Amino acid sequence: MSDHEYTPSSKFGKWFNDRLPLLTLANHLTDYPTPKNLNYWWTFGGILTFCLITQIVTGLVLAMHYIAHADMAFSSVEHIMRDVNYGWLLRYVHANGASMFFLAVYIHIFRSLFYGSYKSPREIIWILGIIIYLLMMAAAFMGYVLPWGQMSFWGATVITNLFSAIPLVGESITTWLWGGYSVDNPTLTRFFTLHYLIPFLILGLVVLHIWALHVPGNNNPVGIDIKKPSKDTVPFHPYIVIKDAFALLMFCIVFAMFVFYQPNILGHADNYIEADPLVTPAHIVPEWYLLPFYAILRSVPDKLMGVVAMLSAILILAALPWLDTSKVRSAVFRPLFRQFYWILVADVLILGYVGAMPAEGLYLLIARVATAYYFAHFLIILPILGWKEKTTPLPLSITEPVLGGSPNLAAARSDERIEKTIK
Amino acid sequence: MMSDQKDEKKTERRDFLLTATAAAGVVGVSAAVWPLIDQMNPDASVKALASTEVDVSSMQPGQSLTVLWRGKPVFIKRRTEDEIKQARKVNINDLKHPEKDEDRAKNPEWLVMLGICTHLGCVPLTDKGDYDGWFCPCHGSHYDTSGRIRKGPAPTNMEIPKYEFVNTNTIKIG
Repeated sequence: MSDHEYTPSSKFGKWFNDRLPLLTLANHLTDYPTPKNLNYWWTFGGILTFCLITQIVTGLVLAMHYIAHADMAFSSVEHIMRDVNYGWLLRYVHANGASMFFLAVYIHIFRSLFYGSYKSPREIIWILGIIIYLLMMAAAFMGYVLPWGQMSFWGATVITNLFSAIPLVGESITTWLWGGYSVDNPTLTRFFTLHYLIPFLILGLVVLHIWALHVPGNNNPVGIDIKKPSKDTVPFHPYIVIKDAFALLMFCIVFAMFVFYQPNILGHADNYIEADPLVTPAHIVPEWYLLPFYAILRSVPDKLMGVVAMLSAILILAALPWLDTSKVRSAVFRPLFRQFYWILVADVLILGYVGAMPAEGLYLLIARVATAYYFAHFLIILPILGWKEKTTPLPLSITEPVLGGSPNLAAARSDERIEKTIK
Repeated sequence: MMSDQKDEKKTERRDFLLTATAAAGVVGVSAAVWPLIDQMNPDASVKALASTEVDVSSMQPGQSLTVLWRGKPVFIKRRTEDEIKQARKVNINDLKHPEKDEDRAKNPEWLVMLGICTHLGCVPLTDKGDYDGWFCPCHGSHYDTSGRIRKGPAPTNMEIPKYEFVNTNTIKIG
């Protein structure tokens, strides 16, 4: 794994490492050559690892007090909030932690989209990431059901009913998912089990994600291949560790702001009403991080096609490495792509906004246009751009444009002349 | 030559063994997995709650009642003359899911149906919407006074469960 042979200095270390090369792995991780131009957008991988561990730890202790039963779930959550020592803190960290997790993952995904991190040879890293993202959505959805409030119940009803759109077997699948003829106690207990399981699946996939990353190494803002180790790299420790730690600290400030000052702002008041199978809340809305997909679902007037469109919106990302035909990775050198990138960002934000609004009139029209554009970006714009776009020249290395001898020789020379006159 | 033929035969035997083993393995694993899957289907206690009897003697024309059956709401509506007329005069060829009101409400005064929107399972609001029947607030499906889908994303009419009048005052659902 390591780029050079590693021998532990102590005798015991050597004895141990010969039998289980954990120290070699630790050495690989500390010395790991990282591009020296990584900016703060690259710190979200570390932040996401922190989020996952926070969710697992707080979730574990919440499970010691929570009761997964339709008659008791709601009051057990209130019991956590009022009676359990620091229960309020643990629950607010866990609930807002889910939102922070998605905030970080969206930044992480859009970082990849901007700098072309999904392109060859990093397709597998990207696809593993999409699977992690899907599992995150499943975990978040099932976790939201556990407090057994009105939004929990009706959110679960709407989402599980998506499966009933499948021709022929749809009804049997929903009955099977529910363990009954509606969302009820059997549904709650199995959702709790799966909600407990999924984070560990994600943890396993994160290991694969990082393993796959360490084969080609990090992409970087310039997006060119670099030799490692070389003048273009710095060891992961301490350079990247300290940068990641600083970014994590900033992130935790935002996290703490939600937990301590606005713990319910991202939730819905309806979820403090216990689940009632006879009354649907006037306006069912998913959590903010699922809104763009919800808008896509509602923008299609046909049940099955709506579900297909929503799933395709996520799965199309897995095909992205082959839909983007441009050989140049970073948007820095793609003037046209850069503009379309920001239009896509705006498009997704608009979808998120209309997803929270009632599906009628102007909102519905906007949702339809934005949905069409979303698919057009991936299926039409990206393939054509790679073929039509005139990209700007790439530097030969990361160091070159900084230390002189850049491909733009004229500019480099005029810089030299200025330096000479200053002297 | 002879030895070549022998070799070929040997590989064929191996192939057969491999395929047969794999096939037996698949059958065995499927048999072992099935209980793990089927345990998620409705259990005996859920299935046992199959029917509900409802006393409707106090209901006036125009009133409706919602009862719970198998964890799902069932709408019982005693329809007015107007509502029946409105439901029956519709040309069924104009409907997204063509069903005659006569088939949905055997006794025209009483409409008994699952109060579940066929789109994504919300409970529609009674006496609302463009057709004075039901309106689903989730994604905007409009149903008429016979519970038939008229406008919006729902694909079919609201379902009519199995029910019967035990006597003039009691409806048995299920």
